[in-house]
Amino acid sequence: MKRVEEIFFRTLMYGAVLVITGLLFLIIYSIISKGASSLSWEMVSQTPRGGYYFGKEGGILNAIIGSLYLSAGATALAFFISLPVALGMNIYLAKYRRMVNGLRFILDLLWGVPSIVYGAFAFSIMIMVGARASLMAGIITVGVFIVPIMIRAMDEVFKTVPRGLTESALSLGATFTETSFGVLVRQCAPGVVTALLLGFGRGIGDAAAVLFTTGYTDYIPGSLSQPAATLPLAIFFQLGSPIEEVRERAFAAALLLTLIILLISVITRILSNRFNKNRINF
Amino acid sequence: MNNPKIKIQGLDLHIHKQHILKGINLEIPANKITVIIGPSGCGKTTLLKTINRLTDEYSGVKHSGSITIDGIEVLNTRNGLTEIRQKAGLLSQRPYPLPMSIFNNVAYGLKISGRKRKSALRPRVEHLLRMASLWEEVKDRLNDPAASLSIGQQQRLCLARGLAVNPDIILADEPTSALDPLSSQAIEQKFQELSGQYTIVMVTHILRQARRIADYVIFMYLGEVIEFGSAEEFFSNPKHEKTKAYLSGVFN
Ligand SMILES: Nc1ncnc2c1ncn2[C@@H]1O[C@H](COP(=O)(O)OP(=O)(O)OP(=O)(O)O)[C@@H](O)[C@H]1O
Ligand SMILES: [Mg+2]
Repeated sequence: MKRVEEIFFRTLMYGAVLVITGLLFLIIYSIISKGASSLSWEMVSQTPRGGYYFGKEGGILNAIIGSLYLSAGATALAFFISLPVALGMNIYLAKYRRMVNGLRFILDLLWGVPSIVYGAFAFSIMIMVGARASLMAGIITVGVFIVPIMIRAMDEVFKTVPRGLTESALSLGATFTETSFGVLVRQCAPGVVTALLLGFGRGIGDAAAVLFTTGYTDYIPGSLSQPAATLPLAIFFQLGSPIEEVRERAFAAALLLTLIILLISVITRILSNRFNKNRINF
Repeated sequence: MNNPKIKIQGLDLHIHKQHILKGINLEIPANKITVIIGPSGCGKTTLLKTINRLTDEYSGVKHSGSITIDGIEVLNTRNGLTEIRQKAGLLSQRPYPLPMSIFNNVAYGLKISGRKRKSALRPRVEHLLRMASLWEEVKDRLNDPAASLSIGQQQRLCLARGLAVNPDIILADEPTSALDPLSSQAIEQKFQELSGQYTIVMVTHILRQARRIADYVIFMYLGEVIEFGSAEEFFSNPKHEKTKAYLSGVFN
């Protein structure tokens, strides 16, 4: 009986691994096979000529730069909000367990709210104050949208720090801030980096929240008050084009987006492993 | 007793309506080793953490009564929490080194107590590691992670880090329970040397250890202090029935 169980679960496990890696490779394969031919130096080094919808000329540098600006800005903004909150939940507020659990529940709800809702909400505020689509509006909207994700991702790693470790710093007379950065952030550096990456990934991949708030343009934004193009929207618009070549360019854009995320993942992994040296294993 | 270092009067502590410490009155003398014994769950750890105000960080804790250190109220005050904690350092049952290098663990103590000058750090760290009898073992690997030390070495590192904030009082919660006999002996010896300059309050389950190093002994039972006295009297002539029973091993 034990053996049957063992075999059953092992098969299930291998099956799941196979399905997931298979799907992943299928997606990557389809992006590469359709996009690689259109991917050229021109694509990544020039802004579009002839419009994003019908244009076969030029590149999508506007969307690459726009996306990087947008998600870097949003990630930074969200990080400066999320880190103190996540730390507070696990040190300063830790003794108010009910309140912290309530907060977790709310954040989980917010995590589940689709980004288009954030976009629509931000858009309605923008109409109220008479603001136009801009990089700034997009950064704030996407920033707000990834805050719950980042807080909960960090919170989950801070939660794993044993009480005794935080107490050992507090009992030395360390303040909450000193304990936060001396203990929690150090011990959880890889987790904090992962949260950062998660937020960035959600930000750069999101199309719905930026649709109304950031707009779209063929130009590289020169300031925060100008609209900006983003890669997901570049894919979206180009895929909708009746022209075959333009649709292929959409896959090239998707490939670029995937490569950017991959590159950033690898870099942050390498960096976070370097922080890992002094971690205490419990 | 004239001039007790720590004076506890009518201390009651509840956690979520559970009565944990009941009417504790104690006068702990300066520069002596006072050992707390008592069966598991009687509130020894909680008492130490109350003196250090660490119980502030627990949910649902309510206390009443008073604790003074050098005549200054430390329980019923909202100010100077970090100073109180630095004055009465806590050594926990199992060592918790911080996630940084050996050197920085000790330097962290120096830094948070306000000594930030880089050049002064190095000799101070060496001095503290020597005080904790750890220097010889780590002097060539100060930049290694603290987690690479053995548990016994980690406990001594925590002692050095605790001494770095310049306390008057060392509250030690079964500091040797996770250690091998040799490391335990090292800690015991250290405490005896340190008791000239520090007031040490130590919890232990090992009666022989209590006999070896105690100047004074506190016996707790179900949240109350049953008996308190000098070590000779306590062990040779316990007054309370429960103490006698505990010493003869009935509770163990
Ligand atoms: N954070 C807490 N929440 C609720 N109850 C607690 C908490 N900490 C301690 N207690 C309770 O307080 C009582 C005293 O605990 P304490 O840890 O002080 O005992 P102890 O004498 O140190 O025991 P041991 O010798 O096993 O370490 C126990 O009944 C324990 O269950
Ligand atoms: Mg205990």
